Amino acid sequence: MAKPTPRPTPTEQPFYDACARGELVLQHCQNCGHVLFYPRTHCDACQSDQLAWKTASGAGTIASYTVVRRGVSADFEAPYIIALIDLAEGPRMMSQIIDSDSEALAVGLSVKVGFAAWSEDITLPVFRLHPALDAEDA
Amino acid sequence: MGASGLGGKFALIGMAESDVGIVPDKSPRELCVQVTLDAIKDAGLTLAEVDGLITCNAFAEPVMYHAEAVAEYIGWQPRHCVTVNTGGGTTFMALNMAAAAIQAGMANTIVVAMADSLRSFMTRDQAMVVQSSSGHPHYEQPYGPTVPAYYALIARAHMDQFGTTEAQFAEAAVSCRSWASQHPKAQMRDPISIEDVMNSRAIADPLKVLDCSLVSDGGAAVVITRKDRAQDSPHKPITLLGYGEGHAYEHISQANNLTTSAAVQSGRAAYAEAGLAPDDIDLLQLYDCFTPALLIQIEDLGFCEKGEGGAWLASGISRPGGSKPLNTHGGMLSYCHPGNPGAMFGLTEAITQMRGNAGDRQLPNMSTALCHAQGGIMSSHATIILGAEG
Repeated sequence: MAKPTPRPTPTEQPFYDACARGELVLQHCQNCGHVLFYPRTHCDACQSDQLAWKTASGAGTIASYTVVRRGVSADFEAPYIIALIDLAEGPRMMSQIIDSDSEALAVGLSVKVGFAAWSEDITLPVFRLHPALDAEDA
Repeated sequence: MGASGLGGKFALIGMAESDVGIVPDKSPRELCVQVTLDAIKDAGLTLAEVDGLITCNAFAEPVMYHAEAVAEYIGWQPRHCVTVNTGGGTTFMALNMAAAAIQAGMANTIVVAMADSLRSFMTRDQAMVVQSSSGHPHYEQPYGPTVPAYYALIARAHMDQFGTTEAQFAEAAVSCRSWASQHPKAQMRDPISIEDVMNSRAIADPLKVLDCSLVSDGGAAVVITRKDRAQDSPHKPITLLGYGEGHAYEHISQANNLTTSAAVQSGRAAYAEAGLAPDDIDLLQLYDCFTPALLIQIEDLGFCEKGEGGAWLASGISRPGGSKPLNTHGGMLSYCHPGNPGAMFGLTEAITQMRGNAGDRQLPNMSTALCHAQGGIMSSHATIILGAEG
């Protein structure tokens, strides 16, 4: 079983190109202002095809998380943390939270994007806890 | 006005199950063939009197044209023959498609048959990879989520939002096992306690192995026809009173709401068509792929207020002796879960109870049942409401 590796379509390529240079980009709908994730040809709020890439802040909060104790395949060494991240710009994405003590995790905590090489061609966004952002909110 | 306009016009007149659990002596197709023929026989019909077949594909033995392959195997050329693929929701979506096909004149009597052998015809690793392939190939799978991990994300969100506890999720597993202990065919029959669930092996926090459904072999089939053609049936016809669907998303990372599902929509449509409310339902057969899925369906189908599913389960209302018997065969947590056919066994159990044929397990006054199925990660939902008259 091959490790699941994205093979970006031309539509998706700008997202992966940005990841490779350490930048998170999101599509913004020029018609209704909706911010999209995952990358698409049409806005999932108004179906417009007038979409523009913009750099995201990389900040988000944990919508939910789980510590996977049994990996899906030999490519994934358990334990690891899968999370749903609500990005500051609006959309939600699945990712891993790395370099973080699982005991310290909670829904609502702030995270910041980082980048991890996945294959020769693909770099993926991952997240780390970012207590300084929570301190700013407090 | 109901959801499909089909409510009250169709009856289930035949049903069959194969052996379930660990069944290494028959392939998925052989199981599907067996339950197809057995269900037709149970309906008191011959193959020549049935003119439609709807199946779903088998993970362990996939073919391009599944329903046609099953028909070919027994030398049958049904007028209507189609394979449906909507994951765990396939069962009841296929049943509604059968009713719609009959209504449209495409067939008179249809067998809906499904079987798979995730346990004996796949390795555990193959079964795990196939099931987790429901994740988005670019934006989920590269992070290594397992199917339990997807449901763990839902469970964690429910705990955070409503204060639901891991012990309350465990109540769902204990309830299903308490029924399975009474069923001679159930794959897992040894009684379990909340502590057993809590102390079982961690899979994806907060879910433990006993929060997860089984990996099984098995098949089941039902025969559906117009109600006015069901009068000569050897068994009491079971009427399809209502049906509803709800479709929210495919991938869990695209869910707008992790704790309320499209079971709300499917349930409302089914209740409206049946002219019934949750209080009117005698028997619940819900989709217990994981304990949090069952808990959320209890809420979303209106059996308690949102956020109170944990307390509802902990009250014991769903266990033997309770007023809302739930998954009386043991569900996918304890009876069997061969993949897409999983919810068929909730349906065959409902028919068995409503016919009054459950033997030592028979419950009194089973005149209405609600069966629910879902596909994806609480993504798409199908609800049926059944009635037994007289």
